[in-house]
Amino acid sequence: SDDLRNLSLSGHVGFDSLPDQLVNKSTSQGFCFNILCVGETGIGKSTLMDTLFNTKFESEPATHNEPGVRLKARSYELQESNVRLKLTIVDTVGFGDQINKDDSYKPIVEYIDAQFEAYLQEELKIKRSLFNYHDTRIHACLYFIAPTGHSLKSLDLVTMKKLDSKVNIIPIIAKADTIAKNELHKFKSKIMSELVSNGVQIYQFPTDEETVAEINATMSVHLPFAVVGSTEEVKIGNKMAKARQYPWGVVQVENENHCDFVKLREMLIRVNMEDLREQTHTRHYELYRRCKLEEMGFKDTDPDSKPFSLQETYEAKRNEFLGELQKKEDEMRQMFVMRVKEKEAELKEAEKDLHEKFDHLKRTHQEEKKKVEDKKKELEEELNNFQKKKAAAQLLQSQAQQAGSQQTKKDKDKKK
Amino acid sequence: CQLFGYVGIEAVLDQMKIKTMKTGFEFNIMVVGQSGLGKSTMVNTLFKSKVSRKASQPGQEERIPKTVQLQSVTHVIEEKGVKMKLTVTDTPGFGDQINNENCWDPIIKYINEQYERYLREEIVITRKRKIPDTRVHGCVYFVPPTGHWLRPLDLEFMRRLSRIVNVVPVIAKADTLTLEERAEFKQRIQEDLKTHAISVYPQEDFDQDLDDRALNDRIREKIPFAVVGADQEHQVN
Repeated sequence: SDDLRNLSLSGHVGFDSLPDQLVNKSTSQGFCFNILCVGETGIGKSTLMDTLFNTKFESEPATHNEPGVRLKARSYELQESNVRLKLTIVDTVGFGDQINKDDSYKPIVEYIDAQFEAYLQEELKIKRSLFNYHDTRIHACLYFIAPTGHSLKSLDLVTMKKLDSKVNIIPIIAKADTIAKNELHKFKSKIMSELVSNGVQIYQFPTDEETVAEINATMSVHLPFAVVGSTEEVKIGNKMAKARQYPWGVVQVENENHCDFVKLREMLIRVNMEDLREQTHTRHYELYRRCKLEEMGFKDTDPDSKPFSLQETYEAKRNEFLGELQKKEDEMRQMFVMRVKEKEAELKEAEKDLHEKFDHLKRTHQEEKKKVEDKKKELEEELNNFQKKKAAAQLLQSQAQQAGSQQTKKDKDKKK
Repeated sequence: CQLFGYVGIEAVLDQMKIKTMKTGFEFNIMVVGQSGLGKSTMVNTLFKSKVSRKASQPGQEERIPKTVQLQSVTHVIEEKGVKMKLTVTDTPGFGDQINNENCWDPIIKYINEQYERYLREEIVITRKRKIPDTRVHGCVYFVPPTGHWLRPLDLEFMRRLSRIVNVVPVIAKADTLTLEERAEFKQRIQEDLKTHAISVYPQEDFDQDLDDRALNDRIREKIPFAVVGADQEHQVN
């Protein structure tokens, strides 16, 4: 920065291999590139991806009756010479199909934020491994504009406005073979002026580097790129080329007179892939991180403009959190104690009830018992009386019998 | 996935290279050892220019300080378009006292301070685009060419420091050892390091894959490097 001395070397040292060392490290690990394709169903997103990367990504065409927009992400490993690329293609399924499209942009924004969040979480971890973290943040967003020939749809403007601060947007005109040449130029101008007047910030191809400044500047003029995608090959002259065969002619994908596909490929892959990744990390991600941390209550300087020590902030947060926990714990404990008391009271009531019942029953039982005893006595007395009477009666009877038998005996004696 | 034709993905390597060359590199190296072992000469020889502290402060009388001092000197050197900001941290006074107990403390403190500084920058909410990296990337430890064993000071220092920084032990002024003495000395040092579980650079734990391991094993066979420094040129043949 300030007063650094420049020294000249007296011979070859060898640190000029440093860039190679760095690049070799990246290639051996493989690196990530994530593309988000936003566009209506059937506009040609999957075909364009297949054409761009010269391969066939497995996918089925989506239906038009999705209830809402959802994002489908698929990861692939591509290898070219010694470069290993972990490519993730994210598709917006069902975009533009609903009757009410007010919330169409929301799932997209949520997805992008979720990837930033995941990276932030990893970065904030105590034991972290950013070194081999699989980066899922979106590096480029290809926005597919329908080839109406007139202007942008309001859905397009709204969606792009919501995304422009979160991701690098590259607008493209899809199925451009349906637009006539003279219409195309007007269409492109209309789109660009609409974007400018609505304040939508699309990705700017970097022009600060001498090696790429020229090509980026010339290419930028052709935005939005009018592309045609095709994986089928048609014989042109004596070569096979990717093209679309119509009854009236052939549209060649890689012919720059027919469409801007080659320009898109140059810009997206061959010239600016690394810059797209860098912008995502240093601009969009940092913005997200700053907003998120500020939201969580972290600040860099306190009200007196003294730089906050992060340690102090953490301590304060931690104490706050612990205080909350303590409060919750106390609350719960109080509630618990109250409940216990209530239950105890209930049980006591019940106990009292039972006791009363018991006493009542006991008394009743006593009374019954007494009654029965009395009755028993009564009956016993009756019985006694009866027995006495019976005994007396028997005595009388026996006496009478005796007297009777004596009388008969006397009568018998008399007769004799 | 199979690619049916050329896509151009490998162009990204050049893109990366250009970007790294534009931002430049930072390299911070620390040299530790008793005075007179040829540290400054060695660093000058390595980088083929006068990067050491002594060279940038010519004419000063060299007195051995009473405590270990740490002095850093930064230069910008360029080779084939690659710019490097090289910082050499010297530790005069290390191992030079009668009582050398805890002479490694100022060094450990310095290294941790650089880590702390970087961490602070990293945690800030509005981060700098490029955080200045003052962390010590390598610590070259100069072992005196006794030919016998590592001294207790060497072992203590390397044990403590290999935990927090990449330590590269070298045998200084190796021209005072014969080839056999040198081979034996290296052997004994390697054993010593193993016995005391000191893991110097390149550490086995950080080997990424089999190729890496093979390459690093070959390097590990030669540790510690027996070096001779000379920053003056003489006619040879």
